[in-house]
Amino acid sequence: MSDPKRSVAFASLETGSNLSCPPAALAGRSVLIATQAQFPAALSLIALDGLAQRLVLAPPDLPQASLGTILRDAEIDTVVTDAAAHATSDFAGLDVVIADDRLVPIDPMPDDAVATEWVLATSGTTGAPKLVVHTLEGLAGAIEPVVDAAATVWGTFYDIRRYGGLQIFLRAVLGPSSLILSDADEAVGTFLDRLGRAGATHILGTPSHWRRALMSPRLSGLAPRYVRLSGEIADQAILDQLKRAFPEAHVAHAYASTEAGVGFSVDDGRAGFPADLVGARPGIEIRVRDEILQVRSVRTGRRYLGADAADLADSEGFVDTGDRVAVHEGRYVFLGRRSGLINVGGAKVQPEEVEAVLNRHPGVSMARVRGRPNPILGSLVVADIALHGRLPEGDDAAALSAELLALCRRELPAYKVPARLVFVETLPLTASGKLARGMP
Amino acid sequence: MSVRPILLSEMTRIADENQKSLPPLVDDLVMLETEFDSLCFALLVAGMEERTGLDPFTEMDMADLPVTVGELVALYDRAQAHAAA
Repeated sequence: MSDPKRSVAFASLETGSNLSCPPAALAGRSVLIATQAQFPAALSLIALDGLAQRLVLAPPDLPQASLGTILRDAEIDTVVTDAAAHATSDFAGLDVVIADDRLVPIDPMPDDAVATEWVLATSGTTGAPKLVVHTLEGLAGAIEPVVDAAATVWGTFYDIRRYGGLQIFLRAVLGPSSLILSDADEAVGTFLDRLGRAGATHILGTPSHWRRALMSPRLSGLAPRYVRLSGEIADQAILDQLKRAFPEAHVAHAYASTEAGVGFSVDDGRAGFPADLVGARPGIEIRVRDEILQVRSVRTGRRYLGADAADLADSEGFVDTGDRVAVHEGRYVFLGRRSGLINVGGAKVQPEEVEAVLNRHPGVSMARVRGRPNPILGSLVVADIALHGRLPEGDDAAALSAELLALCRRELPAYKVPARLVFVETLPLTASGKLARGMP
Repeated sequence: MSVRPILLSEMTRIADENQKSLPPLVDDLVMLETEFDSLCFALLVAGMEERTGLDPFTEMDMADLPVTVGELVALYDRAQAHAAA
């Protein structure tokens, strides 16, 4: 496993730990892992699984305001941190253990290992993060042995402290296979170079990660066998672009979430998913209620943490994903997040639907559709658009606007057509690699 | 200077883009009796704010909505005079 600054062999973690105290001293503890970089967090997970009662992974973009809530809701008594995070956070009253990069020898793991709870924070595009309890068994439930683990090199844009990234981390550990971690401060092009030099065979990210990567000339240094998207809707445009960029690779998209766990993978290169995935299969049952995808499986989270926490699943054990779907000719398409609907005078607009239309234009790298307050209808639809090339000016901008609006008018009813298009240099992503919908 | 020419050109643009036909825009034209629907009207208010910075609707009582083109022009002219003062 490597990041820009360091690397480690998984095998050496059986006899070494990166913690400033013996891992066994943290037996039975509720531990928050709050490091700046993901590398020491990864080592700490390996050191403490089977010992700690609970491991809570602080997400990389955790606001200070949410830290107190997490410490309370997860009943944290110990914090594993690195110098960078320690300097900026208030861990008063807690035992603090420093996670380093260097390994010190440790005793073998005792035989009476406990089933440690692994706790992840939701990426929450809106609102405060919620804490979702998983078991290692559930997290690893969808992982099948790779044919040739030794020749597999995982590379991911995801942070391993989020559900999607943690899946890749576990695949690498269980392989064991190599894993190339990204770094928050690293430019996309630099990371792509590193993936290319390491010979990454399996590369994973959100559609937004990939849209950015496709803008980089460094992409040509990659030759993956497997390319996967998850975490956001993979529209046909991004699937086709990746297939063109990597003709030799298998391009798949997957459905998973922090709460619902790994749902399914779609391997036919088409957006959406075959209707026969709805129903019961070994280990998982998927149903659609009121347009919302619901998942019941051994891989879903067990519960939310916190005294006032809501139920994670309904009385039948189904997790409501909040993702709207619709079926058309034997195939389901993802409409978008229920919480993201824009209300235009009572008519509902799903931003993702309008974005998918705009993304089909060859000049568009990435579109973001949002509501803008309007005194007559409550909201109107507006779109921010990042392009593959330079920002257009004057007549060029007007001509491109007219083309994009004509495309929208052809495909969408009038109330879904953006009232305004704004061309932007780049669109912000959240730390989890999703299009940041609430940010300027 | 009256905002009338800007307002009328925005109305024409929005009607064109949404394939609505409008009769000649005379002062006593009642807007609700044309194809210029509430979406067009919302687009007009947004377009006017973009071009002139004026948004007389956000702060007004919806019971006082202008009925005719002339009333709409007057409303924007008042907002402009207010903004200039």
